[in-house]
Amino acid sequence: MKILVPVKRVADPENANKVKVAPDGSRVTTDGLEWKINPFDEYAVEAALRLNENAKSAERLGETIVASIGGKDAAQTLRQTLAMGADRAVHILAEDDALDSFVVARALKAIVDKEQPDVVVMGKQAVDGDSNTAGQILGELLGWPVASFAASIETSDGGKSFIVGREVDTGVLKVKITAPCVITVDLRIVAPGSVKNGATPAEHAYGEGARYASLKGIMAAKKKPIDEQPLAGLGVDVTTTTKYTKFELPPARKGGAKFVADVNELVALLKSEAKVL
Amino acid sequence: MAFQGVDFYGIDDLLTDEEKLVRASVRRFVEAKIVPIIGKHYQEGSFPLELIPEFAELGLLGASLTGYGCAGMGAVAYGLATQELERGDSGIRSFCSVQSGLVMYPIWAFGSEAQKERYLPGMAGGTIIGCFGLTEPDFGSNPTGMLTRAERISGGGYRLNGTKRWITNATISDVCVVWAKLDGVVHGFLVPKGTPGLTTRKIEDKFSLRASVTGELILEDCELPEDAILPGVKGMKGPLSCLSQARYGIAWGAVGAAMSCYETALDYAGSRLQFGRPLSGFQLVQAKLVEMVSEITKAQLLALQMGRLKEAGKLRPAQISLAKRNNVKIALDIARVARDILGANGIMFEYPVGRHMMNLESVITYEGTHDIHTLIVGQDITGQAAFE
Ligand SMILES: Cc1cc2nc3c(=O)[nH]c(=O)nc-3n(C[C@H](O)[C@H](O)[C@H](O)COP(=O)(O)OP(=O)(O)OC[C@H]3O[C@@H](n4cnc5c(N)ncnc54)[C@H](O)[C@@H]3O)c2cc1C
Repeated sequence: MKILVPVKRVADPENANKVKVAPDGSRVTTDGLEWKINPFDEYAVEAALRLNENAKSAERLGETIVASIGGKDAAQTLRQTLAMGADRAVHILAEDDALDSFVVARALKAIVDKEQPDVVVMGKQAVDGDSNTAGQILGELLGWPVASFAASIETSDGGKSFIVGREVDTGVLKVKITAPCVITVDLRIVAPGSVKNGATPAEHAYGEGARYASLKGIMAAKKKPIDEQPLAGLGVDVTTTTKYTKFELPPARKGGAKFVADVNELVALLKSEAKVL
Repeated sequence: MAFQGVDFYGIDDLLTDEEKLVRASVRRFVEAKIVPIIGKHYQEGSFPLELIPEFAELGLLGASLTGYGCAGMGAVAYGLATQELERGDSGIRSFCSVQSGLVMYPIWAFGSEAQKERYLPGMAGGTIIGCFGLTEPDFGSNPTGMLTRAERISGGGYRLNGTKRWITNATISDVCVVWAKLDGVVHGFLVPKGTPGLTTRKIEDKFSLRASVTGELILEDCELPEDAILPGVKGMKGPLSCLSQARYGIAWGAVGAAMSCYETALDYAGSRLQFGRPLSGFQLVQAKLVEMVSEITKAQLLALQMGRLKEAGKLRPAQISLAKRNNVKIALDIARVARDILGANGIMFEYPVGRHMMNLESVITYEGTHDIHTLIVGQDITGQAAFE
């Protein structure tokens, strides 16, 4: 099948302590930050690659297209996913600051209209803004069904639909959705047996997590095409809906954790100091 | 928190995206697969054979060669991969260096097409393991004096006699590249495991490079067919060109071991309190840490420029010697000081510094000792060979 996977470059969450806010509070400054692919997007790429391969015979069963909307540097993120095994990439050039979930979803819709994928597999959210909305908005714009927070995906009806497992408070909710559709993935989608496509033997256990880009994959990625075009060229409305009024860092944490002697003292402190009871 | 690399000087800006990607992949692999198990293997004196298929899948074996299932990576990308491997353990890097630089390389560069077809895809795929037999019990720094002899057998083929010692992978190899003198001239021979007359023996009781197999190759009237000889090279140029490949990797690898020691010491000094403050708040400790980071920075730049020269086809062996000599020495010094900063904890396997320190004692000796590289550079700049 043909799968589209949108990916975003985010500031490395392990460097969260380096994040700084501009003095006037207008924006988060990006100087000195390390960048990496949004982890949930990496999982989405992994899920798409698993859907599109027979892991036993190494046969490829479909085309996996990755797309990113962002600055020049996003090309590196796309290369990484090409090195993991995606077939080709679409890079919509735009300033990160000029984007919100709505603009992104409209741009993705334009790509979907052109590429006509069977399914869009995407991360449930980007770990920078943590909005968790682009996938749902895209589904709405396309008029396609959406299954969010997928912890497992199983193809059914010969790839015409998917059984998606979603972890909810009471257990695992299984929903069946018909292609074309949008699936947003949660982190458990990269567990060894989370994706079943009917081709890879059911007992095949993948390694935990997304695959590494192998050195051969990295070399091969150099030859894979990245179709680059400006956001303005898509002909979509680029006005943002979300307005950010002010950014500020959370207050610095105060140290001084205390060991309590017994439960009574704990309860007293939860009331008097933490004020949570 | 995952290892982020040491980059005091913004050297990352000198790397291409592809090079950074290679480093990130190998770094992640080392973090996930090597760091958790290496201490145990080191203590047991065993090589993690189960990782060989993973080295292959990642593309580490013969990574800088082209064709025959090899990744065909650029020199700097290959160097960065090597650096990350050695950040894990010098023994792991040694395995990959020997397989790639000392066995696959001579077959690739000097082998017949049939030899390449027979060995290279399997070696890249991790199903054929190789070793490189140059050093002998009585000829280390001076391999030209080797005693191992090859003679022609009437009716075709060769008969080999001699002993090779200190051979990495000796007892786990499917094929040995053995350097021997035929009519007084050094030639390379491919000796498959199981050839009558070839026996191997593991050298036990090492305190260094314990997660790597070291052994002996004993050749007693070992008869080989005509097509066992590497046709493309004769003389010491053969083994020396292999050593240039492997030394190149070592110069990068040592930086990885040094980074691991520095990061460990920095982290430890930041959290260990003595006299009411972190160790890193004392001037003497800061001086040690600063020495480490400045030597690492210089070593990184040396390795990088060495890589760029190699990519441009301009790298001379004496330049590799300078980088191997410098980078291994600073890594060993850093490991020793890091060991000291960790106090009693520094002698524990729980931390990597003691293991790196002991490993680097091998690394400073093999592939040309520190002093032999001094003499090679000395010869290069003065025009006078002090060791001949
Ligand atoms: C763990 C390990 C793995 C190895 N793996 C391999 C392998 O896979 N294949 C292989 O072929 N070999 C391998 N070696 C062998 C290694 O390359 C040799 O040990 C090295 O070349 C030094 O030789 P030697 O041990 O005989 O020392 P020697 O040559 O005896 O040197 C001893 C000391 O004398 C000094 N010295 C020697 N000559 C001079 C001189 N002219 N002037 C001044 N000082 C001098 C040296 O610098 C050194 O300090 C390995 C060694 C080790 C420790």
